[in-house]
Amino acid sequence: MDSRTCPWHALRFDTGGHVVKKYDAIVIGAGHNGLTNAAYLAKSGLDVLVVERNSYIGGATVSRELHKDWTYSNCSYVCSLLRPEISRDLELPRHGLQVVPYGGGITFMENGDQFGNFRDHERQYREIMRHSPRDANAYDRYSADVTKQTRLIRPFLLRTPPDPTSLKPRDLKELAMLARAFTEMGEEGLADTLKFWTMSVGDYLESFFETDVLKAHLAGSGIIGTALGVYSPGTAYVLLHHYMGDVDGTVGAWGFARGGMGAVSAALAKSLQAYGGEIVCAANVDQIMVRNGRATGVALKDGTEYHADIVVSNLDPKRTFLDIMAESDLPEDVVNKAKNFKIRGSSGKLNIALDGLPTFNGVHPDSTLMIGDMHFSDSLERLERAYDDWKAGAWSRDPYCDMLIPTLTDPTMAPPGKHMMTVFVQYAPPLINGREWTDEDRDAFGKTVIDQIGNYSPDFKDLILHAEVRTPRELEAEVGLTEGNIFQGELTFDQLLFNRPFPGYAQYRGPVKGMYMCGSGTHPGGGVMAAPGANAAREILMDLKRPNTVPGAYADD
Amino acid sequence: MSEYRDETMMLKTPFHSRVEAANELNEWDGWSGYTTPVAYTDVELEYFAIRNSTGVFDLSPMTKYRISGPDAEAYLNRLVTRDVSKIKIDRVGYVIWCDDEGQMMDDGTLFHLGKNDYRLCSYTRVMDWMSWAAMGFDVRIVDETSEVAALAVQGPTSCACLSAMGLTGLEELKPFGIKRFTFADTELMVSRTGFTGDLGYELWIEPQHAEALWDQLFAAGKHYMIKPIGSSALDLARIETGFLQAGVDFVPAQDTVRIGRSRSPFELGLSWLVDFEKPVFNGRKALLKESVEGSSYRLVFLDVEGNKPAANSFILVGPEQVGTVTSAAWCPTAKSNFAFAQVEAKYAEVGRELIAEIYYQRELHWTRLLAKCTVVAAAPFNPPRRRQTPAPMC
Ligand SMILES: Cc1cc2nc3c(=O)[nH]c(=O)nc-3n(C[C@H](O)[C@H](O)[C@H](O)COP(=O)(O)OP(=O)(O)OC[C@H]3O[C@@H](n4cnc5c(N)ncnc54)[C@H](O)[C@@H]3O)c2cc1C
Repeated sequence: MDSRTCPWHALRFDTGGHVVKKYDAIVIGAGHNGLTNAAYLAKSGLDVLVVERNSYIGGATVSRELHKDWTYSNCSYVCSLLRPEISRDLELPRHGLQVVPYGGGITFMENGDQFGNFRDHERQYREIMRHSPRDANAYDRYSADVTKQTRLIRPFLLRTPPDPTSLKPRDLKELAMLARAFTEMGEEGLADTLKFWTMSVGDYLESFFETDVLKAHLAGSGIIGTALGVYSPGTAYVLLHHYMGDVDGTVGAWGFARGGMGAVSAALAKSLQAYGGEIVCAANVDQIMVRNGRATGVALKDGTEYHADIVVSNLDPKRTFLDIMAESDLPEDVVNKAKNFKIRGSSGKLNIALDGLPTFNGVHPDSTLMIGDMHFSDSLERLERAYDDWKAGAWSRDPYCDMLIPTLTDPTMAPPGKHMMTVFVQYAPPLINGREWTDEDRDAFGKTVIDQIGNYSPDFKDLILHAEVRTPRELEAEVGLTEGNIFQGELTFDQLLFNRPFPGYAQYRGPVKGMYMCGSGTHPGGGVMAAPGANAAREILMDLKRPNTVPGAYADD
Repeated sequence: MSEYRDETMMLKTPFHSRVEAANELNEWDGWSGYTTPVAYTDVELEYFAIRNSTGVFDLSPMTKYRISGPDAEAYLNRLVTRDVSKIKIDRVGYVIWCDDEGQMMDDGTLFHLGKNDYRLCSYTRVMDWMSWAAMGFDVRIVDETSEVAALAVQGPTSCACLSAMGLTGLEELKPFGIKRFTFADTELMVSRTGFTGDLGYELWIEPQHAEALWDQLFAAGKHYMIKPIGSSALDLARIETGFLQAGVDFVPAQDTVRIGRSRSPFELGLSWLVDFEKPVFNGRKALLKESVEGSSYRLVFLDVEGNKPAANSFILVGPEQVGTVTSAAWCPTAKSNFAFAQVEAKYAEVGRELIAEIYYQRELHWTRLLAKCTVVAAAPFNPPRRRQTPAPMC
């Protein structure tokens, strides 16, 4: 009997003539969203395969030992956005994930002073008071306002955005819910919200505070991963994006994944495997195979083919539509929209192994402030100048750094008494004056950052045992993020909600039947959140008319 | 003029000078007449010290009895429900004891220190009952609560901290084992025990060496993120791992006034501690009868839907109230919403769905929530490191 027509539909020939299995679904990319998506599909009983280009899983959610006995969270480094509903539902704690909250934070000032962001509210009040009594009090108004905005967005994280042009009952219902959430804010609240979603983080903070260093300390969240400056419209939302997560119900709190961010992907992978899913690494997808307008599987660069009627891409929209799909398989508007998708790279990162805990000027060596995010930009003006360099095609000479020492919290990432430092850097352009980065550029960029830290820590440079320097070039080449954009696409209003990645395709379905998207390039966007992956799984299961396995959001009151 | 002097109302533990210095929040509570900290700096971070590095809890106020004499083992076998002869020297056993009606008086840890030499640690005071029960036995019972200072050192780096302090070979100590070290020319006894469900140890020493022990421990533990913890963090950890607390999850039988308010070990899910192979022990007859006839209540573990802790909730089946929650928490490591409840025995089977009536308040607005919950067999936190020997270092 010709096996091509054999009754066991699961059997097919691969190009080499070997019999390969046909899967129910293939997920391209073992980023945390791909793994989440696959886990939910497997949980519903589907036979799922994840194909990952790298020899390790996780994408930008990864732990790597690049210096012996040191674990680096070498892309993402802190955790807050990860949906607790998903963590619990996929039993990630049982599979080894623990997220440990931290507090503290400092912005070092050029004049030798500093702003210490104490975890205790009263202690923080006194610290702000030192800079401005009025700001100390205004901080409460600021907190309440940010909380209002997070309460608006959080219920939509685990929902598929409605298509505003659709007349389907489900879309109308979801649109009505969205409208209700907005109207509940009242007329003034609504006006504030619209302003908030479009204004700059600089303007937003200036409506609360007068102290430069306080504004600068808070403004960082508005530009992380973003090719915009503190005075660019839209950056207030990016700040919100960093406040909308929580650790155990404390909205806006952040934590470290014990063992590095790879613990998130490792737990997701174990959960997926517990549901019977498979992962193949070192499997570089060349193309999503399409026949008669339907996805049929994936072809790897090495010629291997895997077959399935459902193919899900965890890649960013540009890679998905311009790289691993044939233009001839796509409607013209999708190709155009993918080409116009905004995904500019703007960040770099240093991961540093330290022989001991560095001391910082003006900070007690045992200060709990160091158990948080540390920065060196003490005014909005300096932040804006850092952006000016990026616009001019160079990395910032005076960069914004989001620097943390996870080993002050996590005992597993370095030998006792030694430390690991993660330094996220804004800004680094995808191209240097229009040309590719060279190794010399990378090293000079690394030196800029190390020098900046050294300016505030006399013993820092002497403690460095190893440093990994990553520019947009490395992020693109190693993680597969186009231009090194950390969110798989910019988080501006034109690319959020029903516009993410582009209008008409915001419900995780691609233009080809059986083809879906599940990465950070879809709603609700970037960050280690697992929501895009879960939301996409819910849509796929709906199309397959299978029972939903994806949990709804906790009531957020 | 007559001179009248009295002691201060609250006592201080042998670690007080250090505890006080570390207690930045200045939040205090009382425990058996001693001043003890509720929290030092931040309950959440203290809880995570237990689960991620090392948390240190001053255990000194714990009631401790020394029970010795030729009949000590025989006596204890009469007192508690499990077979004490199976607890070897240098081992610790978790024990419970009941009144003659088979109602639970308390639970505790029994340290077998030498031949016919034991220490019983308990939450409640038991001198009266133990003295009654001692009739006819040749034993000496001494309350040594104030003569022994104790610290619980709990968490994944606890073995590393103590090893760094010079307690070599500690990693080989099995759960519920006892090992003795020399510290400042005196004996430091270490047991691999605790109330957190994690890797952890308890340290026992003469009070005059307490401060030195604290200082050395914290110096050695610095690189392992050692932190003092208060009672709030400990309470969260014990709920997450399913440990009962006398006075919270059951009323010690001797304290009950109203009929039907005490509970038996069966009702509290502790039947594994009742050994009917033993011919006599206090409460045996009543317990035997209950084991045949069935119990009225059952303490169950509940996995509660959503993220609102079911503290003090009524448990419902349809409109009918069938139980109440005794302990509840959102568990930060297990990431689950967990509760202990007393329910009518017929609603207690694993897998059974019940409803918790939860009340919570936001900005002075109360909401009533009927949350689905499921009876589960075990508490959500039970890591392998709790049992591993050699003990892991992080
Ligand atoms: C430097 C940096 C710092 C960050 N910091 C934080 C942070 O602290 N906190 C936070 O919440 N978020 C942070 N982020 C953002 C967050 O990490 C990402 O948004 C998120 O991890 C993206 O997950 P994903 O699953 O959507 O996609 P990705 O992680 O991008 O996964 C895509 C996967 O697809 C694979 N792939 C690509 N091409 C192919 C192919 N052709 N065939 C097969 N597989 C392929 C890739 O190797 C990758 O594994 C950071 C990101 C970066 C880069």
